[in-house]
Amino acid sequence: MKEFGQYVMFIGSLFVRRETFKTYYKLTLDECILIGVKSISLVALVSFFIGAVTTVQTAYNLVSPLIPRFVISEVVREMTLLELAPTIIALIYAGKIGSSMAGGLGTMRITEQIDALEVMGINSSSYLVLPKITASILTYPLLVIIAGVCALTGGYLVGTISGVVTPNDFVYGLRYNFNDFNITFALIKSFVFAFLISSISSFKGYYTQGGALEVGIASTAAVTASVIAVLLSDYLLAQLLLRA
Amino acid sequence: MIKINRISKSFNNKVILSNISGEFEQGKTNLIIGSSGTGKSVLLKCIVGLLQPDSGNVFYDLRNFTEADKEMKAEIRREIGMLFQGGALFDSKNVEKNVMFPLDVLTTMPMDEKLERVNFCLRRVGLENINSKMPSEISGGMKKRVGIARAIVNNPNYLFCDEPNSGLDPQTAILIDELIAEITHEFNITTTVVTHDMNSVMGIGEKIMFVYKGIKLWEGSNAEIMDSGVKELDDFVFTNKVMRSLKGK
Repeated sequence: MKEFGQYVMFIGSLFVRRETFKTYYKLTLDECILIGVKSISLVALVSFFIGAVTTVQTAYNLVSPLIPRFVISEVVREMTLLELAPTIIALIYAGKIGSSMAGGLGTMRITEQIDALEVMGINSSSYLVLPKITASILTYPLLVIIAGVCALTGGYLVGTISGVVTPNDFVYGLRYNFNDFNITFALIKSFVFAFLISSISSFKGYYTQGGALEVGIASTAAVTASVIAVLLSDYLLAQLLLRA
Repeated sequence: MIKINRISKSFNNKVILSNISGEFEQGKTNLIIGSSGTGKSVLLKCIVGLLQPDSGNVFYDLRNFTEADKEMKAEIRREIGMLFQGGALFDSKNVEKNVMFPLDVLTTMPMDEKLERVNFCLRRVGLENINSKMPSEISGGMKKRVGIARAIVNNPNYLFCDEPNSGLDPQTAILIDELIAEITHEFNITTTVVTHDMNSVMGIGEKIMFVYKGIKLWEGSNAEIMDSGVKELDDFVFTNKVMRSLKGK
């Protein structure tokens, strides 16, 4: 509870004694490139294969001749939109970006770079962390959209090349009984996950004490706490927003 | 001038500083000396506001820093330059961007003026044509000099140096000490240096405060330190053979 209180105060501290908009604008753009653009290839690769594997495994389990083949792509679509794109990518995002944020801030802490900012009269938490959270909230939903497209593309290519489903069936299944709220739901989740991962990782890194060993521990703790927060919020959002 | 009044600080019921008072004069290099673990760096952090003292006050030219509101603290901090033990240069920025950083965030100076000021400060610390180097590409001594350039770029009234020559070879250490003393006199700033290096003490210590186990035991100049009559200070000063031989003479 003490740590949670400290986390809430940390989030509050981001919004006091802020620097100029111009300063944040530049920093946020830099972070968008670092966090978002440089993650595209990993996200695309992972989601392509997730889509491909989901298609093959769904086809493997649908053995009854009474079930039409377009159900394969319908299942892949639902899984991708509801869980694979926002949540599985969030876990990968926590591993890549969360640990990088915690490690970077932890190193700045132990090498007195954060103290240097404070001595200059700059609110170090706001200056360093607010652009990271903003960039994360701006770019992670876009990564989720890319992940969704890549997963469905992967499913389509593997499904049609391997012959488990025809191109027409796959496209028909994608469009069949489509509920557009699922996209809204995926985007709501992506905003929440982006905030949780970036803020928790920054918090863990910002309060690192000690040396190189503690920076490593902070990075690990950041990933662990982010993953738990993502899974917990995933369940809560599903309960709140997906009531039949 | 900086005045500290009865500063005390404890961590987990362990007393680190106990009722330390003193003055750091303008235009002089003021030294806080003492053995490792005696509370010097904690005292420095209390003075610059990185730590809040449990009791006592710090006055910057009669402005009570300890009890100031956030705006006043930020204003005073903008008059402070600090050189950290490891330089504390920002890894992601090159030398030029590091030195320019305080001007970027604290002033509205146009770019050409900022660049001129940065180059002036880098020349002043004896570094030229390294603007585009990253901190990882320069030596420890150069990092300290860049740290000094960054500390003075915004024309501070107060300069703080935490162990400025630790980890440096004796020649570079003396150069850094001399540079700090020269800058102090040239710009008439209040400089406070935390050190346990006797070369620094004898070389640039115009006003010295000796801290022992969290208590101020002695205050004076480097001319007076040899005859302080304080046993703990004598133990600290005459640990090495050179100093002992000087005492014999």
